[in-house]
Amino acid sequence: MIAGKIHSWESMGLVDGPGIRTVVFLQGCRLRCLYCHNPDTWATEGGILESVDEVMARLRRFRPYYGTEGGVTFSGGEPLLQKEFLTEILARCRREGIHTCLDTAGCGVGGYEEILKNTDLVLFDIKHYTEEGYRRITGQSPKESLRFLSLVQEMGIPLWLRHVVVPGLTDSDEHLEGLQRYIQTLRGVQRVELLPYHTLGVHKYERMQIPYPLKNVPPKDAESLTQWQERMNPNHSCKENKEENE
Amino acid sequence: MSIDVNCTAWKGFHTGEWRHLVNVRNFIQKNYTPYTGDESFLSGVSPRTAKVWEKASVLITEEIKKGIIDVDTHTVSGIDNFAPGYIDRENEVIVGLQTDAPLKRIVNPFGGMRMVKSALTEYGYQLDPEIEKTFSLYRKTHNEGVFDAYPERVRTARSAGLLTGLPDAYGRGRIVGDYRRVPLYGTDFLIESKKEDLRNLDGPMTDERIRLREEVSEQIRALQAMSRMAARYGCDITKPAENAREAVQNLYMAYLAGIKENNGAATSLGRTATFLDIYIQRDLDQGILDEEGAQELIDQFIIKLRLVRHLRTPEYNELFGGDPTWVTESLGGMGIDGRTLVTKNTFRYLHTLTNLGTAPEPNLTVLWSQNLPMPFKAYCAKMSIDTDSIQYENDDIMRPIYGDDYCIACCVSAMAVGCQMQFFGARANLAKSLLYAINGGVDELKGTLVVPGIEKNTEEVLEYSRVITDYKKVLSYVAELYVDAINIIHYMHDKYAYEASQMALHNTLVERLAAFGISGLSVAADSLSAIKFAKVYPIRNEAGIAVDFRVEGDFPKYGNDNDSVDDIAVELVSYFSAELKKHPLYRNAIHTLSALTITSNVMYGKKTGSTPDGRKAGEPFAPGANPMHGRDIHGALASLNSVAKIPYRAVCQDGVSNTFSITPPALGKSMKERTRNLISLLDGYFVQGAHHLNVNVMNRDLLIDAMEHPDNYPTLTIRVSGYAVNFNRLSREQQMEVIMRTFHEAV
Repeated sequence: MIAGKIHSWESMGLVDGPGIRTVVFLQGCRLRCLYCHNPDTWATEGGILESVDEVMARLRRFRPYYGTEGGVTFSGGEPLLQKEFLTEILARCRREGIHTCLDTAGCGVGGYEEILKNTDLVLFDIKHYTEEGYRRITGQSPKESLRFLSLVQEMGIPLWLRHVVVPGLTDSDEHLEGLQRYIQTLRGVQRVELLPYHTLGVHKYERMQIPYPLKNVPPKDAESLTQWQERMNPNHSCKENKEENE
Repeated sequence: MSIDVNCTAWKGFHTGEWRHLVNVRNFIQKNYTPYTGDESFLSGVSPRTAKVWEKASVLITEEIKKGIIDVDTHTVSGIDNFAPGYIDRENEVIVGLQTDAPLKRIVNPFGGMRMVKSALTEYGYQLDPEIEKTFSLYRKTHNEGVFDAYPERVRTARSAGLLTGLPDAYGRGRIVGDYRRVPLYGTDFLIESKKEDLRNLDGPMTDERIRLREEVSEQIRALQAMSRMAARYGCDITKPAENAREAVQNLYMAYLAGIKENNGAATSLGRTATFLDIYIQRDLDQGILDEEGAQELIDQFIIKLRLVRHLRTPEYNELFGGDPTWVTESLGGMGIDGRTLVTKNTFRYLHTLTNLGTAPEPNLTVLWSQNLPMPFKAYCAKMSIDTDSIQYENDDIMRPIYGDDYCIACCVSAMAVGCQMQFFGARANLAKSLLYAINGGVDELKGTLVVPGIEKNTEEVLEYSRVITDYKKVLSYVAELYVDAINIIHYMHDKYAYEASQMALHNTLVERLAAFGISGLSVAADSLSAIKFAKVYPIRNEAGIAVDFRVEGDFPKYGNDNDSVDDIAVELVSYFSAELKKHPLYRNAIHTLSALTITSNVMYGKKTGSTPDGRKAGEPFAPGANPMHGRDIHGALASLNSVAKIPYRAVCQDGVSNTFSITPPALGKSMKERTRNLISLLDGYFVQGAHHLNVNVMNRDLLIDAMEHPDNYPTLTIRVSGYAVNFNRLSREQQMEVIMRTFHEAV
């Protein structure tokens, strides 16, 4: 039986995909994003080994809450790194009618077609829309993630795009305009979520005794992103976003 | 005995058995109009209501600052012992107050004289010496009766905090009269009906028959007194109500009689919205009332319910923080024929939270069913998110037991309206019981022997099988002791503080439920899990009493949907419930059990030493059936799933209380998403057979700020454990405990 390395799980996540979702965080990531708030998920070793059966048994317990929209989200770390486990568990979820969502930066180890075959929605994290910017933030080449992204579009899987807005790094109007132009070239985009940079993960760096790269950068005020959020989602839920600020 | 079938009061109603016999359910089923639409028909606040509420809210705000507004120290409680009182007479559409002025409290010495004096001293008042003299010379109280009869072992358990909050010094409450009978039939008919019952109560004069004959005679006098009281307000309740205003007014008069006569801990209202909708709909159809007028009737009725007060002692406030009265109204639910019992009036009741602002009372309780109309579910969810003032209970598991005309008394106690009543039984401390199993029955704080016959555990590392064997011995002893205490209490309560006006609105042959309770469920379950799955070393004092514990290794904790510990919690409640049922009850009452603490989890914790789960001496327990603060680490659904495993039917059939706090962003990004998600959450929880959920959608920071700056939050309402309170009315300790609770946040 294939086992996954599970960093942790949260029975009710309501911000990673539609409806009520159980979020399974898989261990391991190759990117070293400057603002990463989960450095404890980087190492590919570690996590708790759990079989596909075990994880499925847990998901079934939360099924009564999923309603018509909810389901499971595999997040990380980078879930794509655990290719075999992910392929198998997505297939099992599909078979049992549980809506599946992948929260990813697209930087995996291939086998994407098999994975995406049973994925209902991809939450894709756009680190940056230029190669140079991407390298600056992640320390890696964007090639792998682009390969993944083009396959998602080819297979016609709905996309929710996410982008972390960091003061001084990715928050200028110029940058966001560039981002918007880039997004307009993509197919299947249902929603764009601008995520304001926050510092809630800093204590993990201290505990792990690694230097924090964005030491003096203040958190981004969510309200200042409202306008851009609306501009990027012209057909979608502008009203809902407005309500949020009430 | 009959009412003229051509009487104008019943004109237009569909006929049925209800015309000949007292049967309100039958009347409702034959005449109500289910409503499956949304809230768009609702009306705003009327000018008259606004004026009345303005005056009332000034008084309420003043009261929060002062503690109480006033007490009538010269009059003894009673149905017709007070002159009429008003808030703003010309603008009051529904009239009637407990005393001659709003928020003026009543002295009720029938429960116990010492309690009255202690409460009065607390607020700087003095009892009329005449009353004190009369009671001490000529009138024995419930409290005196109970202590005459208590055996030594009950006193010991009581003072150690093994049994606490017993209604042996205050009114037991939780008795809900079928107040709807008064508007539907009028008191003349009800008196006739009781007289006939009395005539039929003949035969060999056994204890029970004599007692019942005396009680029915008292009920008849209470109905007469109720009619006189109403007449002083210019209301004739002797005849059936002719229109919607009279229906609301007369129903309120019936309820008012109960809270003038009694000061029970919970004086709940019942299930009135759908009943009253029938009258309102008839008037709307005839064009003699419009929607604004209908809402005005309900708003003004609710204002009156928000002003219900009882005089309480400081000890009582420690148990039940925030001056609650549990004017619980049960809303919604489904009928056994599959039609929803939601009517437009169900919406009107909830809409008072908008028209009058949020408030802890009345305790609005939605009977949730998977089959409720979607627009109603959405409206409830939205109101919950906006006001934190609603609790939810699972109609789909209660309806098969209690039928479709039951109500909730207090927080979670279901009973068929007018057919069943309850003997309230407070709760036993399960966590302390576990310490007794380890300490040979000796109290860990007092050093006294409370449970005899338990061998002291001297193991270096606690062994599970030994502890669980001793624990069950302790629980068996506690169950028997507890039943004995409850039998004595209710024997004396019936004798010295009988609730004649409320019982007059029950069937004469009423079914009695005896509600036992437990506290410290999660502490006990986690402690046993620690003993079973980790290594627990007791740290003993020189007397050999374990005063603390060292735990080596990790162990599963209740609240994470992990069967290895959740099953322990299930086994505990099942065992204790079965043990209670071995002992017969006063008046053949039926045993029920709840996992509900109200705010007494703080006080119970204070009286309990350190426990093997890592909780330190004096620290609060989790409320009700909740997982311990912060130990449910896998999020809301895992926490809910653990609680959902606690069996309701036949085990915890008096309720399984769960209080749930979530921050707004964790519930979704927009109001629409939050509403949808809350509906999915409630459906998912209740479809598993879970019983109760209090929902708070708020940030912890808000509560901390409110604790520091109470003036900025005069009306902040929060659901605590089966009821809602004004946050400012909790003690500092109770506020801290609420803040410590798990708030499910966005990850």
